[in-house]
Amino acid sequence: MTTALEVAGRDERARLVGALARRLGDLDLAEDAVQEAFARAVVRWPIDGTPARPAAWLATTAWRAALDRVRSIRRRPEAGDALEELPDAVVAATDAALEVEPAALVVADDLLRLIITCCHPALAPDARVALTLRHVAGLTAREIAAAFLVAEATMEKRLVRARAKLRAAGVRFELPPRPALEERLADVHAVIYLVFTEGYASGGDGPAIRADLCDDAIWLARQLRALTPDDPEATGLLALLLLQRARLDARVDTDGALVAYEDQDRARWDQAAIAEARGLLGSTGVGDLGPYQVEAAIALLHAVAPTAQTVPWARIAELYTVLLRLAPSPVVAVNRAFAVASAVGPATGLEALRPLLDDATLARYAPLHLVHGELLWRSGAQAAAAEAWQQAMQCTKHAGPRAALQQRAARVGITLTSTE
Amino acid sequence: MKYMLLLANAPDRWTATDATPTDGVIDDWGAYTRALFEAGVLVNGGGLASPAAATAVRVRAGKRLITDGPFAETSEHLIGYYVLECADLDVALHWAARAPNARTGTIEVRPLSPGQTPAETLGRLGIAFTGS
Repeated sequence: MTTALEVAGRDERARLVGALARRLGDLDLAEDAVQEAFARAVVRWPIDGTPARPAAWLATTAWRAALDRVRSIRRRPEAGDALEELPDAVVAATDAALEVEPAALVVADDLLRLIITCCHPALAPDARVALTLRHVAGLTAREIAAAFLVAEATMEKRLVRARAKLRAAGVRFELPPRPALEERLADVHAVIYLVFTEGYASGGDGPAIRADLCDDAIWLARQLRALTPDDPEATGLLALLLLQRARLDARVDTDGALVAYEDQDRARWDQAAIAEARGLLGSTGVGDLGPYQVEAAIALLHAVAPTAQTVPWARIAELYTVLLRLAPSPVVAVNRAFAVASAVGPATGLEALRPLLDDATLARYAPLHLVHGELLWRSGAQAAAAEAWQQAMQCTKHAGPRAALQQRAARVGITLTSTE
Repeated sequence: MKYMLLLANAPDRWTATDATPTDGVIDDWGAYTRALFEAGVLVNGGGLASPAAATAVRVRAGKRLITDGPFAETSEHLIGYYVLECADLDVALHWAARAPNARTGTIEVRPLSPGQTPAETLGRLGIAFTGS
């Protein structure tokens, strides 16, 4: 059976949703109308033949479907309640004002408007992710629910609430002026990265739809880069996702267990994706350096090193120092200490780790204890290393990372107990 | 002296946009607003949209933090209010973030419910009131 996304491109679908949402001020109405247009195309095109201008046909059909819906609500005798379903602008508009030339329906920025609105900071982060996957990437509520391991009804409710919030709070489908636009683009980057890490965390394990989230995120990043070609961070984000995706398959062995970075089979890394990312990073000038570009540069150095023993740790440590200044976080600080230790020696790395170990709020932060154990082991403090790894074990919930940790310790003859 | 009455309700009780009010509820608000008007104490007022439509704004270290939903620390109390006419939420958030207390406290941004000002309520009762 032909699905909606095979009728026209995924981006065409999203652009149309964006155009209708801007015209109608309502995501529900827009999505329903676009769905109806695609459903009609699935029925009509095999019979009538594909129209000469498929995008224009879809736009016209979707707009008519939206107008029919608006008029049927406005005609209802007990209009009082029903009118509440419609945004004020549509209620106030005359029929003539709602008549739009289909050719003029979709304008250049409609896709960017849609993405930016779905990632609005007035929405909770999980609502931003759900709306973006639903209306921009075109996933169904059922698919998003499966990918995030929640019940379909839960995801449906999350989507309904998010759309109601946009409507009730008075969010318009408009691009904010600079510099607010830059702030909002950073929110969009974060949502795309969140989609990716959710897929990445599955490690190819669990339902295939979870790993597909990585590809959905890359698709979103590609769209965003095309829409904001002047933003080097959009390029950095796409490069970073491509580099992480390139190593996804090698992260798990045939039994589904996580494989440590240094043990990964580099032949299984996706060389085409690595080459694309390298080209992307080469294309960003020396303009505003942002965290995604720096992270991508680090990932690229890892990806192109011929062996785990020839990774240029000194350059990676420098980049982590830059990253720590741009976007300070415990994970960056821990990674920096590890890179410093690998470049200079475990004692310097342990010194860099000291302030983190003294921070009581990080007492249950597993990566900190994992790296602490690693650096202690390298410095010859075996008993202390075992203790740190055991602490890491106590802070790790998921089976995959627990097994990887036990394996790491077992390799040097340390048995970690599996206390919950 | 002007006083502000802050109206609160439990979330499971009727609020402006969550359910269709019964005629009785509308009558009650009409009668109350008329009483305030006739006593000459009415200045202005309005109904608020549901807390689900709320957005919280704070500014910390020069950075604007926007979160979904009403957000108030229990240690915070109301210190004032402004009613703004804005094209959309983004404009309202822009102005909210510029308020001095955004740097130390929280500003909740919530739309007013249309049709629920005293002037509109009294208008339905045939009384002209323009506020003062």
